[in-house]
Amino acid sequence: MKSLSPHKSKRTGKGQTLLHLIFILMVLMYLLPFLLVISVSFSSEEALHTGGFTLLPKEFSLDAYRLAVRNPQQLLQSYRVTISFTVIGTVLAVLIMGMMAYPLSRPNYKFRKPVTFLVFFTMLFGGGLVPSYLLNVRYLHLDNKLWIYILPSLVSAWNIIIIRTNYAQLPKELIESAKIDGANELYICFRIIMPLSKPVLATIGFFFFVNKWNDWMTAVIYINKPNLYSLQYLLQRILREAEFLKQMAEENQVVEQGAVYPTESFRFAMALLAAGPVLVIFPFFQKYFSKGMTIGAVKG
Amino acid sequence: MGFRQQKGIDQKTHRVFGSGRTAKGNSYHRRTFQENFEMSLLVLPGLAFFIIFHYLPMFGIVIAFKDFNPNLGIFGSSWAGLKNFEFYFTSQDAVRTIRNTVLYSLTFLGLDVITGVTLAIMFYYLQSRRALKFYNTVIILPRFMSMVVIAFIVYALLSPTYGAVNTIMKSFGAKGIQWYSKPEYWPFILILTHVWQTVGMNSIVYYAALMGMDGNLLEAADLDGATKWQKAWYVLIPHLISVIVILTILGLGHLFSGDFGLFYQVTKDTGVLYPTTDIINTYTFRAMQTGALEKSAAVGLFQSLTGLILVLLTNGIVRKISPENSLF
Repeated sequence: MKSLSPHKSKRTGKGQTLLHLIFILMVLMYLLPFLLVISVSFSSEEALHTGGFTLLPKEFSLDAYRLAVRNPQQLLQSYRVTISFTVIGTVLAVLIMGMMAYPLSRPNYKFRKPVTFLVFFTMLFGGGLVPSYLLNVRYLHLDNKLWIYILPSLVSAWNIIIIRTNYAQLPKELIESAKIDGANELYICFRIIMPLSKPVLATIGFFFFVNKWNDWMTAVIYINKPNLYSLQYLLQRILREAEFLKQMAEENQVVEQGAVYPTESFRFAMALLAAGPVLVIFPFFQKYFSKGMTIGAVKG
Repeated sequence: MGFRQQKGIDQKTHRVFGSGRTAKGNSYHRRTFQENFEMSLLVLPGLAFFIIFHYLPMFGIVIAFKDFNPNLGIFGSSWAGLKNFEFYFTSQDAVRTIRNTVLYSLTFLGLDVITGVTLAIMFYYLQSRRALKFYNTVIILPRFMSMVVIAFIVYALLSPTYGAVNTIMKSFGAKGIQWYSKPEYWPFILILTHVWQTVGMNSIVYYAALMGMDGNLLEAADLDGATKWQKAWYVLIPHLISVIVILTILGLGHLFSGDFGLFYQVTKDTGVLYPTTDIINTYTFRAMQTGALEKSAAVGLFQSLTGLILVLLTNGIVRKISPENSLF
């Protein structure tokens, strides 16, 4: 990408230094809280009780993590559940939305206007929480099922419009020459258009993936069976409910006499175990980012 | 006629198909039909999802006008006219939740633009691309954390007993503050948390727009001897106006709605804090939890309707002023 940054000889190093200073300050405001969480998770519980949460653990300890992995049943189950609905959901979403966006980008599609309107209108108006809840529970019986995490949120107008815009910007000759060679619309969509749109589809897929991974609300509303808890919902209960925290820590655990139980440190160890993976995945998608974001930034 | 059909020349465009394609779709209308059919196949799955999960629930809106009895279902319950709406709008809750929701929405809208644009311009002036990538990656990170994790971070800072903030205060001899019991601090806390989480993503949107800008304007400004402040104000920001307007229109459409996660998770849903943290979304959620489905639906409908009206309104206004910036 051609850099349009004003590279004038007049630009003083002073300006750049100031910018860097401000940015470094900002970066600290972002890194320090994470450091705090990490530090607390690696701290002994006694040190926390006496000295509070500090940036560096006063007394290093792996007790919290030991506890977390000692009885990882619930954690592993929530991981299983979360990975399932995240992966399935993302694949299905990119597929179905990627498919749907193609005809909407073709001027010669007969139903382009009505379908586009139907899609777009959902951005302006919706039934709301209660009607959806009634539909999902009373009629579709999706409560306490894995599919509740996937189906209701599978399609989104916003994403389709972004993908459609991207498709429309591909050269028309591609499609025309494919038609001459006898390709049908399905072939064009799956073998030509979608492969060429990998950056946008990957970006959309990435955002979708992250949102799914971070889903706690679905479980709050629709799930009460622990074996279907999403990771974030599990975390929520750990943060909010001291009783739940105790229960999780105590299952099959022999309590030593007089030992101080890892509670706060355990909380944060769990938080890292649940949130960590996203941080790792993120760098891989960085390269698709700038391209995809530019496309998305243009008016849909 | 026979020879034409054999060779399969398209009547309209006179393109010649290879052999083996004569029978199928060699007339313009059949090809168009086939094309449309195939494209409709592609559209169908997505459309089905939209209809089932976005349009079907709209029928359930009638519950807002009914006295919902779970045993009788939506259609068996009796009508209650506007009673559910009255119930909400004449309550103290309405005053509090609407006030909170609107104030937060407006504040967020304004701050999102100001911080996003400022940061984008700063990124733009940064010369080192490597540094830019690094800074941007770090700042955007919270956007990919769930609200629960963010709530954890806030808790790590504000926990009354061990939280970092109180720990630091105590080390200076001051007494710690019972953060989760004092509603007056929370507008500040929530606004800060929101900006902290979203500024990274917001700035990227504006930055991308800046990258698409024609470099000539800036060069002309340089030739005229403009300072970087002047360049920012007279060249960069005007270029961003259309993006800002679009985002503002969309944002205003959500004026009566709030980020449920922020207000529910970060506050740990602490009742004491409701005076400054309860918004319409959290209110309707609690109403649903306690079984008052029809009341929750009524307020939800109020939100959806106002959202629709607001977007149409603001879009209409923008269209009058500068049509190219309107959403539709």
